[in-house]
Amino acid sequence: MYDFVRGPLVWIALLVFVSGLLLRLVWMVKTVRRDPTVLPAMTLRHSLRSIAHWLIPFGSRSMRTRPFFSAMSYAFHLCLLLLPVTVMAHSVEWQQSWGIRWWSLPPRVADGMTLLVILAGVLFLLRRVMSAEVRNVNTPLDLLILLIVLGPFATGFLAYHQWVDYQTIIVLHIVSGALWLITIPFTWLQHMFMFFFSRAFMGSEFGAVRNARDW
Amino acid sequence: MTRSASWSWETGSRTLADLGELRAVHREVHEPAVSPDGERLGVVVVRGDGAFAVAENGELWEPELERAWHLRYTPDGRLTALVRIDDMWTVAVDGEPWQRRFPFVWNTGFSADGRVIAAQVKEGMEYTLCVDGQLWDRSFLSLRSYALSADGRRAAALVQVEELAEADTEKFAQGTWSVAVDGEPWEQRFIGLWSPAISPDGEMVAVQARTDRFEYTIAVNGVPWESRFACVWEPSFRPGGAGPLAPARVGSTWRLMEEGEQLWATSFVQLWHLRFSPAGERAAAVVAPEWGRFTVAVDDRPWGCTFGDAVLPPVFSPDGKRVAATVGHRRRWTVAVDGQVWEESFDMAWMPVLGPGRGPVLAKVQRGGEYGLAVDGRLLSQRYELLWDPVLSPEGDKVLLRGVQGGKYVRRVVPTGELR
Amino acid sequence: MADLADMQVVDKGLEKAVAGLSEERIQEVIGSVLSQAVAGRLKLYLQTCVHCGLCAEACHTYVSRDKDPDFAPVAKVKDTLAVMLKKKGRVDAEFMKNAARVAFVECGGCRRCSMYCPFGIDIATMIMTVRRICSLLGVVPQYIQDTTNSHSATSNQMWVQPDDWIDTLIWQEEDAQLELPGLRIPLDKEGADVLYSVIAPEPKVMAQLIANMAVVMNVAGIDWTMSSADGWDNSNMAMFSGDLEIMGRIERVHWERALELRVKRMVMGECGHAYRGAVYDGPKWLGWQGPPLPMIHAVELYYDILREGRIEIVDKLTEPVTIQDPCNIVRGSGLHEKLRYVVAALCDNVVEMSPNHEHNYCCAAGGGVINCGPPWKLSRLKSIKVKAQQLGRTGASLCITPCHNCHHGIEDIIGHYQLHMRTSFILELLVKQMKMPEGVRG
Repeated sequence: MYDFVRGPLVWIALLVFVSGLLLRLVWMVKTVRRDPTVLPAMTLRHSLRSIAHWLIPFGSRSMRTRPFFSAMSYAFHLCLLLLPVTVMAHSVEWQQSWGIRWWSLPPRVADGMTLLVILAGVLFLLRRVMSAEVRNVNTPLDLLILLIVLGPFATGFLAYHQWVDYQTIIVLHIVSGALWLITIPFTWLQHMFMFFFSRAFMGSEFGAVRNARDW
Repeated sequence: MTRSASWSWETGSRTLADLGELRAVHREVHEPAVSPDGERLGVVVVRGDGAFAVAENGELWEPELERAWHLRYTPDGRLTALVRIDDMWTVAVDGEPWQRRFPFVWNTGFSADGRVIAAQVKEGMEYTLCVDGQLWDRSFLSLRSYALSADGRRAAALVQVEELAEADTEKFAQGTWSVAVDGEPWEQRFIGLWSPAISPDGEMVAVQARTDRFEYTIAVNGVPWESRFACVWEPSFRPGGAGPLAPARVGSTWRLMEEGEQLWATSFVQLWHLRFSPAGERAAAVVAPEWGRFTVAVDDRPWGCTFGDAVLPPVFSPDGKRVAATVGHRRRWTVAVDGQVWEESFDMAWMPVLGPGRGPVLAKVQRGGEYGLAVDGRLLSQRYELLWDPVLSPEGDKVLLRGVQGGKYVRRVVPTGELR
Repeated sequence: MADLADMQVVDKGLEKAVAGLSEERIQEVIGSVLSQAVAGRLKLYLQTCVHCGLCAEACHTYVSRDKDPDFAPVAKVKDTLAVMLKKKGRVDAEFMKNAARVAFVECGGCRRCSMYCPFGIDIATMIMTVRRICSLLGVVPQYIQDTTNSHSATSNQMWVQPDDWIDTLIWQEEDAQLELPGLRIPLDKEGADVLYSVIAPEPKVMAQLIANMAVVMNVAGIDWTMSSADGWDNSNMAMFSGDLEIMGRIERVHWERALELRVKRMVMGECGHAYRGAVYDGPKWLGWQGPPLPMIHAVELYYDILREGRIEIVDKLTEPVTIQDPCNIVRGSGLHEKLRYVVAALCDNVVEMSPNHEHNYCCAAGGGVINCGPPWKLSRLKSIKVKAQQLGRTGASLCITPCHNCHHGIEDIIGHYQLHMRTSFILELLVKQMKMPEGVRG
């Protein structure tokens, strides 16, 4: 089992993730090119200007109006992206498998970050359930997607601390990670890359076309 | 063209009116108009409160006018004005007001030969058309635009024939508009109608018709084409041709249709301002081959160059061999001839004037607040406070220039060879 | 919970249209609209939306309606376009009626929500697409449809007859001459620097604004003209009712009139949606990347002539004054700084609303909402409590509204919420407070 998940499953997941992303990208380009008014409206300067303001913490008024949520969201996304590539256990795997040497986070820092992701994720989950305007537009699927995102972190956390049977939890960890990767291109998790395109368009539409700011 | 053969083409210049003098005498001097042959300049002057007059080559029209505006010369050189006398409006022609007076009259129009003068009229609370001083028998709830046949014997106008209560959207959708030809409305009703056109022989009246909320076509003598489109633009008749042609929108692109059938093979992002060569064998239109880029297509072949701001209606040379248009790009204006753009650009450029054969292409242009004449893309050094379109002699060997310099209106005839 | 009172509003336009609407027809129309090029971008947006609800607080209707979740922008999409897509157009007439209410009355397309969405999702365009679908099906509130009908029949918004228009210009010229002898409103002057265009409510009910602008143009020495022929009206409610064919047609008339007269630029009066129609939506539909000639909003004109010293302000208001940022010229064109320059020249005591500039709240009248007419007035006013609170907090006695919709909308807010305040266009202040040529006044 472990051999399967560590080998073929990871490969399958990566393959689905990458090809799914590529398909999405191709579809997006095709869609956008069908509408002749989109590309002429776009400029690099206004695209980058908008992306920068929405990547820098508190760079937009939207973020400033809800400081706690924004801080949590920022920490969540940062840790979420950093952890999979910098946690020591993953670095070791890569060195063993491909001989790649990679910088890794001190385990205790990574542990804290994982906890942060889980904590923020739980808060997001609560917000989706408790807050009326969010609950109104959330379906069980939305909650499930969030749980899929949290899965690898929860299992990774347990695996690191070895509070439960390591063999079982590591399999669960890899499976949940694979599930996460596979889910990204086919759900709203694709916002991780669509962010840049939708922002670029709106940044240009506001900035280049209408001479206004969008942050 | 033949009319201009009778004009004086003797080279040299004559000063015919002095605006400066008028300005010294009168309280206000408005924007002047110049006759097609350049022999006369007419202008509204204000002599005192409620005392308007029209001065032609410095001579004042006889009648006392409470107000005068909209000076227009007919193609055969008569000066018309919309005037108010005793709190009623009428049309005055060469100083002679029509006998009939109206609560309001506006939008004078002329037949191609200039013999017939028409105007929109308000009588009581209704609207009608007045042709050479004679009112149509019938009047309508509204009359919004009209066309005269080339010889002026026929007139067609868009008229509202059904009453419409405030915010009655249901009745509007059933059709409240029709076309009145010589005062008699078609039986058919339409939701919307635009741009009537009369065939050269005066037999057909074509119009853009909105047959349903999102259905448009061309209606000819009351009968709509069988095909329906997402939108249409103005119909026009080819000299010597049969039924009308019009651009129509199919899906999200425009095609050129002739009597309901697609004529040009290409679909464009935009297609409008269809024009024909004088003999009717060629057609040109302003088209957008791609979004945001405009050019001229002649017989379905777009020019190689495209422009971002606008391309204005194309014009054929008298022999139909050349096509030119005013083009705008990046807030500068110039002229393109057969797909070749002039090198110089201007603050504004008027419709190019082409002669027969390979003669020069001329255009009135504006730069730095002054007017000038551009010849084959080169701006001549003479500057004018006011300038009218140049006119080429029938043989194309001379140019009639009509302009105001130093407050004086000068009529000048120059051999085209000396323009350089 | 949507507002029960709103759901009971009887709008003849909606009632009659849905009565004869078959589900096949609905499916066909939705299918055709959602297969068009623009719909692709909207589908991408719907796939990207993470349902975080951050757009809710951005919307004046949500905030004003005590955070009713149904008024959140994302909910408006969820209840309309998202369902149409998910069900592939298989929705019934009642659904369409509700969608029309949401799209025409509860959203004015002010685009503020896009500034609060982390992804910049263009929610306004989605709602406008719903309006397009409604319009194709004839499910449009009666009064905004009537306005569109007027555009179709007359090229202007208010059924103004051609003689009434010309007569108004002549009459306003004569009126303005009492203020400034020798003043002119030059009609159809070819080659003028500026063509001035207005919206139809001016000749209809606020004709003095034309006289006011004539005074400003004459004193500032601008080479200007107005059109006696169609094309003089720059308003465009067809853009908001979803009748894009009529929208394009009247923008064509508008711009071609300017091109025929060979003017260098078009200046338009204090209106927001008309600016949007003439500069963005209209040209785009017609195939232009932008307007064929520069379009200058009145605020820019005032800014230019004040900065260049072509007019001089001799009187300044000392009372507390606040400024309404019209969505279509601020979020839609970044004119807020110029607007403040102009107001500062006229008023000593400006008290800003908060938030302002691009983050202003819409007046709830724009985007065609006020044009949905009397049946929806109470609903509109309930949806804009937040503006009343904003206005009240300033303590100002005057709100400057450089947009006809804002002007009318804020007048309604002042009446409904009993604020001690009045509204004014900039132009009205300008003519009162500017220096007239020697020997003319005082």
